[in-house]
Amino acid sequence: MKLKEVKEILKAEVMVGEEKLNEDVFTACGADLMSDVLASKDEKAVLLTGLTNVQVIRTAEVVGDIKCIVFVRGKTPGEEIVQLAKKAGLVIMKTKYPLYIACGLLYSNGLTCRSGEGNGTL
Amino acid sequence: MGLLAEVVKEMVLYSLDFNVKARDFDSAGEVSSNLRTVLKQLSLNPDVVRRSCIACYEAEMNIIIHSYGGHIKIEIFEDKIRITAEDTGPGIEDIELAMKEGYSTAPEEIREMGFGAGMGLPNMKSNSDFMEIKSSSEGTTVLMEILFK
Repeated sequence: MKLKEVKEILKAEVMVGEEKLNEDVFTACGADLMSDVLASKDEKAVLLTGLTNVQVIRTAEVVGDIKCIVFVRGKTPGEEIVQLAKKAGLVIMKTKYPLYIACGLLYSNGLTCRSGEGNGTL
Repeated sequence: MGLLAEVVKEMVLYSLDFNVKARDFDSAGEVSSNLRTVLKQLSLNPDVVRRSCIACYEAEMNIIIHSYGGHIKIEIFEDKIRITAEDTGPGIEDIELAMKEGYSTAPEEIREMGFGAGMGLPNMKSNSDFMEIKSSSEGTTVLMEILFK
């Protein structure tokens, strides 16, 4: 799925990285607990979260495979976060959908994580 | 292994040292971010970069959350990275318990930031090939090694 499709499906507003919307993503995860994101070994290109602090960007940088962060429930990250995301080369979007719905919409539209080895399996 | 090879193996090729301030949440992650930049420049295997950065980030968060302050030393050898996180502080009362996934002594405000889920030490262990914790009522030292393999 292209990031521009993520944008369309979530009716999202792109805050950073408009020029990268043609990039493909195959995996995603939804979490408010950055510890869980750090502990997960699954590949994740999109991170959907309701947490809007600097640690979200730092976590994305550290994990390395995250290309895009979607802030859910209409939350708007502060300017400091936007700047840090720009520096890190991330795409930042915000959507009004809550976390559960946003994840469900992406999943039902084909972003099922099934292509990555071990992803989404118990 | 010959003596020379052994000496070379124990040589620190590159080293970095970062101060980490207690409760400085705004800077949390800077050490790991710097580490990523350095490791990428050295063209190391992405998995090694990833594991090192995650282990370092968790160590950094632990110093910020639990200690009175400390520093993180990063040493790059021919075949591995060694990350040493050293702090002064109350120490870890029960290391075995702290190693259990989900066990946390972090206060509520830390959990609100998305941390303190009790995954830090277990995650550091799972991302490193060797880990050693020394802790007393004076402070804690965590040493981790990630092999290039």
